[in-house]
Amino acid sequence: MSDFLTEANAMKAVEIKAVKHESPTVKSIFFKDERCSRAKAGQFIMVWVPGIDEIPLGLSSIDASNDLSSVTVSEVGEATTALNRRKTGHLIGIRGPFGNHFEIVGEKVIVVGGGIGIAPLMPLIEELIRERLDVTILSGARTRSELIFLDRLEKTIRNDARLVVTTNDGSYGSRGLVTSYLAKILTSARPDIVYACGPERMIRKVYSLTENYGVPLQASLERIIRCAVGICGSCVIGKYRVCRDGPIFTSEQLREVESELARFKHGFSGKKIPI
Amino acid sequence: MPSSNRLEIEVAGLKLRNPTMLAAGILGLTSGTLREVAQAGAGAVVTKSVGLRPRKGYKNPVVVQVECGLINAMGLPNPGIHAFKEVISETKDLGIPLIASIYGFSPEEYAEAASIAVSAGADAVELNLSCPHVGGTGTEICQDPAIAAETVQKVDENMNEPIIVKLSSLVSNIAEISEAVFEAGADAITAINTVRAMAIDIETARPILANKIGGLSGSAIKPIAVRCVYEIFEAVDIPIIGCGGVSTWQDAVEFMLAGASAVQIGTALAYEGLGVFRSIVEGIDSYLERKAYRSAKEIVGLSHRS
Repeated sequence: MSDFLTEANAMKAVEIKAVKHESPTVKSIFFKDERCSRAKAGQFIMVWVPGIDEIPLGLSSIDASNDLSSVTVSEVGEATTALNRRKTGHLIGIRGPFGNHFEIVGEKVIVVGGGIGIAPLMPLIEELIRERLDVTILSGARTRSELIFLDRLEKTIRNDARLVVTTNDGSYGSRGLVTSYLAKILTSARPDIVYACGPERMIRKVYSLTENYGVPLQASLERIIRCAVGICGSCVIGKYRVCRDGPIFTSEQLREVESELARFKHGFSGKKIPI
Repeated sequence: MPSSNRLEIEVAGLKLRNPTMLAAGILGLTSGTLREVAQAGAGAVVTKSVGLRPRKGYKNPVVVQVECGLINAMGLPNPGIHAFKEVISETKDLGIPLIASIYGFSPEEYAEAASIAVSAGADAVELNLSCPHVGGTGTEICQDPAIAAETVQKVDENMNEPIIVKLSSLVSNIAEISEAVFEAGADAITAINTVRAMAIDIETARPILANKIGGLSGSAIKPIAVRCVYEIFEAVDIPIIGCGGVSTWQDAVEFMLAGASAVQIGTALAYEGLGVFRSIVEGIDSYLERKAYRSAKEIVGLSHRS
């Protein structure tokens, strides 16, 4: 552990090899890094935009074959906007990969992605399909223009996998919340596991549903991450540090942090901020 | 986890079950993490540094790894003592001493924040007179013996609980500063804080830390810290807490032989995880047993014998 962390934690400058537009405000940024090509689905890296900021981002592709990995960035603030303006050939700094990862469990699985939350689920989905598991993918967004990775998902789907797309406004796929669709599925099917990533209120809903139906859940959580190595305390939820003990949390762990999940997080000063 | 009596040690009236402490600035912002550290075996915990008003801290990167440790410039992020007193109250039943790390931009600010912290239930305060990367506080205070002494006096007027003063190595004469804070009423001294340092990425040709300059911690600063503890031990007769690059029991023992009654652990948690408390405590215990010491106290300052 310690040697690995020492090696992974060093800031490394990498060149952007490609930038792909996923939606009007979302881009995937591709780069080559040996450690990232060996990362596990669900892990994250710290991406440094020199002179601007450094932000945590889940890996949206982990491709051992051509060694290109990617992060997918939605423009929500100064750092993400600056990152999305970087072009092929520009340098960014990366540290990581950090954190734990999704564990593949059972045969019949459901993957729930909300908005940009589908991004860190992509390497997992590809692995589940490679393993020929019975996979149902639920990808939801507010509206059609915010749906990302539709092509990539459709290309990936084979074997026993199926894709369901929902939009809140009905502009694409099934109309309604992705969690309503999950609720409908769970009344008749009993998967071995549910994986989820998305807005925390969506995760909270998925958690309630899986608890009601007695289905195990692995969910990826987000907090303010600074050191990424478990010492600064910025990313704590309950007794856990999202950067070190997470970002993937099991049903058992989510039960322990239920009073914080989708209720509040700690801001930059450490003050509680309602979610 | 050994819980033999020989590991127990008293520091400024605080009874520690063993000589290890969580260093300030590491975790220590929520009750949940403080409890995890207590569970992991620490003898005492020091909270993150808290001041009168909330601070968001600096932008990322706030931590950069170098060959021999970490450089950090967090920028003293904290919710402010008025919000943090809740965390202190929630954590009062920790079972081990809870020490609030306090910073301020004037002696009066230190005094006000410290008194709120102890009213909320902190067993002691550690005055951060040595933060190397925020202007107007920290190192700027401990570099001037008169201001350092005034700060300790002001804090002392407002409370009865033990006052620990955390010093920096970035002074021309640490013995002189130690004497000044001792005479002003300090009950113990923690030495040392991180050492001003920086790292530049050569590909992008930019300083890595958003604040450009930060404080170096980890094994690189251990020999500096051991020297400081040794010099303070010669200068003043109050307990010393060693801090800087402790990651093994051998490091802890070395600090104790130099004059430390306890050691603080921070950076090692990044590399070793919380299990580092257990391994250090077990190692100290075996050392004491092997050398036939009945108490950890017996090795404090032992290297000073002529």
